[in-house]
Amino acid sequence: MTEFDSSSRFSGKADKQYAFVIPHYQYLDKEGKPTQSLPNFAQDKAEMLRIYRALQWIRHFDQKAINLQRTGKMGTYPSVLGQEAISVGIGHAMQKDDVLVPYYRDIGAQYLRGLPMENILRYWGGDERGMAFAGLSESEDFPLSVPIASQCLHAVGIAKAFQYRKQKRAVVVTIGDGGTSQGDFYEALNLAGTWQAPVVFVINNNRWAISVPLSLQTHCQTLAQKGVAAGIPGIQVDGNDVVAVKQLMQEALHQAREGQGPVLIEALSYRLGDHTTADDASRYRPAGELEQAWIEEPVKRVQSYLSHQQWWDDNQEQALQAQIQEEVTAIVDSYLTTAAQSASAMFDHLYATLPDDLKIQREQALRFEGVSL
Amino acid sequence: MSHTTTEITLVEAVNQALAYAMQQDPDVIVLGEDVGTNGGVFRATAGLLDKFGADRVLDTPLAESMIAGASIGMAAQGLKPVCELQFMGFVLPAIDQLLSHAIRMRNRTRGRIGCPLVVRTPFGGGIRAPEHHAESFESLFAHSPGCKVVVASTPARAYGLLLAAIRDPDPVIFMEPMRVYRLVKQAVPDDGIALPLGRAFVLREGADVTLISWGASIQETLQTADELAKQGISAEVIDVASIKPLDTETLLRSVQKTGRCVIVHEAPRTCGFGAEIAAIISEQAIYSLVAPVQRVTGYDVQIPYFQLEKAYIPSVARILAAAKQTLELV
Ligand SMILES: Cc1ncc(C[n+]2csc(CCOP(=O)(O)OP(=O)(O)O)c2C)c(N)n1
Ligand SMILES: [Mg+2]
Repeated sequence: MTEFDSSSRFSGKADKQYAFVIPHYQYLDKEGKPTQSLPNFAQDKAEMLRIYRALQWIRHFDQKAINLQRTGKMGTYPSVLGQEAISVGIGHAMQKDDVLVPYYRDIGAQYLRGLPMENILRYWGGDERGMAFAGLSESEDFPLSVPIASQCLHAVGIAKAFQYRKQKRAVVVTIGDGGTSQGDFYEALNLAGTWQAPVVFVINNNRWAISVPLSLQTHCQTLAQKGVAAGIPGIQVDGNDVVAVKQLMQEALHQAREGQGPVLIEALSYRLGDHTTADDASRYRPAGELEQAWIEEPVKRVQSYLSHQQWWDDNQEQALQAQIQEEVTAIVDSYLTTAAQSASAMFDHLYATLPDDLKIQREQALRFEGVSL
Repeated sequence: MSHTTTEITLVEAVNQALAYAMQQDPDVIVLGEDVGTNGGVFRATAGLLDKFGADRVLDTPLAESMIAGASIGMAAQGLKPVCELQFMGFVLPAIDQLLSHAIRMRNRTRGRIGCPLVVRTPFGGGIRAPEHHAESFESLFAHSPGCKVVVASTPARAYGLLLAAIRDPDPVIFMEPMRVYRLVKQAVPDDGIALPLGRAFVLREGADVTLISWGASIQETLQTADELAKQGISAEVIDVASIKPLDTETLLRSVQKTGRCVIVHEAPRTCGFGAEIAAIISEQAIYSLVAPVQRVTGYDVQIPYFQLEKAYIPSVARILAAAKQTLELV
């Protein structure tokens, strides 16, 4: 820890001062060894196997999605490689009637909240239907947000509605480290603090915003401390430690639902892949960084923990991999065999009722659909 | 300066113009998200960091309002910030700074402080990019007095117009069609010669119908002219290039000659810039018209995800149909 003391820069004697503490939490170290006594769920074999399965599932799905893009069957895709524990930890900590306001690296939470994953492939495959949440139409979760940080304010608005209706529910909103430079992020923190809104903000600090390293994004020692200025507790968790993510999320969500206000959680991870399939990180990532980051990665440490507990062996691992492979393949097949949408799709949900002049345009679009030239 | 003869793409021409301007004028500063080490997500600023240093090529934090706002301050000090907003969809967070301040600075300081900044931004669809990455907002800026709006459509025009934009004393929105970034190559001498802002380019002379467009849609518009030629119809094709100020003279002269006009653009139809051109023609050349002006545009919908881009972006078939309508051939 380094001291941050504003009085060191000024000559007078301060007559008052205020101190802030930003704690960092870890439960499992990179070898999967407990660093403190574990929460109950982490001592529950069935629960830990479910978590491990979700981590592996997301890693597998993510790789499939990259392959689909590489073979021209999907568009640009942002991989979550290395950040699975954040999203899976969130998904495992939320209750069904909480609301998720995700950004584009949250497929773990979306998966755990029951979203059929064909939706994700369709969305990145340039198909409007990807946002339909087919199979989960009752969900109040938001779709992922592309304009960076804009989603943070929506989350506070949803939380306000919960407050207004006296519902014990909470909102989770996620954002990247780069996103914390946007005004919308600060505005949302400030508002959530002022209203004591039941929101948990989670920063996936994967150290990079495309090619821009965190050091060019902020002069702050932590991103968690950005909560301080909004009067919100800010904490760091080891984002490669799914036990820490889930545990701290659970506590923060509980507090939010009980009317104790928002929390800002900075989850430290690392982007093990390119920013998206359209990016080439070798252009800007310093040598050695990736190798170091792989040592800390989140999936293996849970596997190590399971082995230490003697809850897991190679046969089980193989069986799990085969199962996941089958499930993901079925989803990919369903995506690939989706019938093409009609040009009408760009009009269908523009308004509750399509105005007449747009009906004329829709007819024109349909008339020219498939006309070559 | 070396006089290159190798053919380069539009994005390379942008890069060449930036390098020339930075070499020539130490006040030119390039800033934006990923413009430094990465050389821009489209490589438009590749190599500039190495050549000109981190003092002049700034990888900024991720915030467009911040980029625009800070550029205004730099510009007020006589620097020449050329900021890149990564995709036109992400111009929106910067709109307050641009429309409340950049375009008003000169007027509200009664000429005392200018705002010579350039906002470079890739725009338009057709490259299978994700949601929010395919917008065309030229009308938004055309409707905002105090800035200039320029749309590049070839390597040579990108080079010359960008140099002009950087040298211009007022804020310029410089739009680069992503779909054309690597589509065509041209020899673009690195001679530092700017093209004039406020001038349209007649790309092809013709007598029967005037086809007016800008940006990537120039491609389909030229193809339509080829199709028409096969059918014995001679189309004049004009690249507007400068949305604001607009070269009404060139447009009117052509329409007065042909008596027929089709305007083509990718942005949605309602209040698209085509409407402005049609209005000017009806005000100043209506008696020359022998057929109603036609517009071929994006529909009044949010540009769809990429599977339907083709159905949205004006196609040769649609332009051809509109041209034939003016010729009463349908
Ligand atoms: C308002 C806005 N500006 C720019 C972009 C382009 N963009 C997409 S992702 C990204 C970097 C985001 O970095 P970070 O917030 O750290 O999230 P990460 O992708 O690393 O998870 C940028 C600049 C965007 N989507 N939205
Ligand atoms: Mg990041």
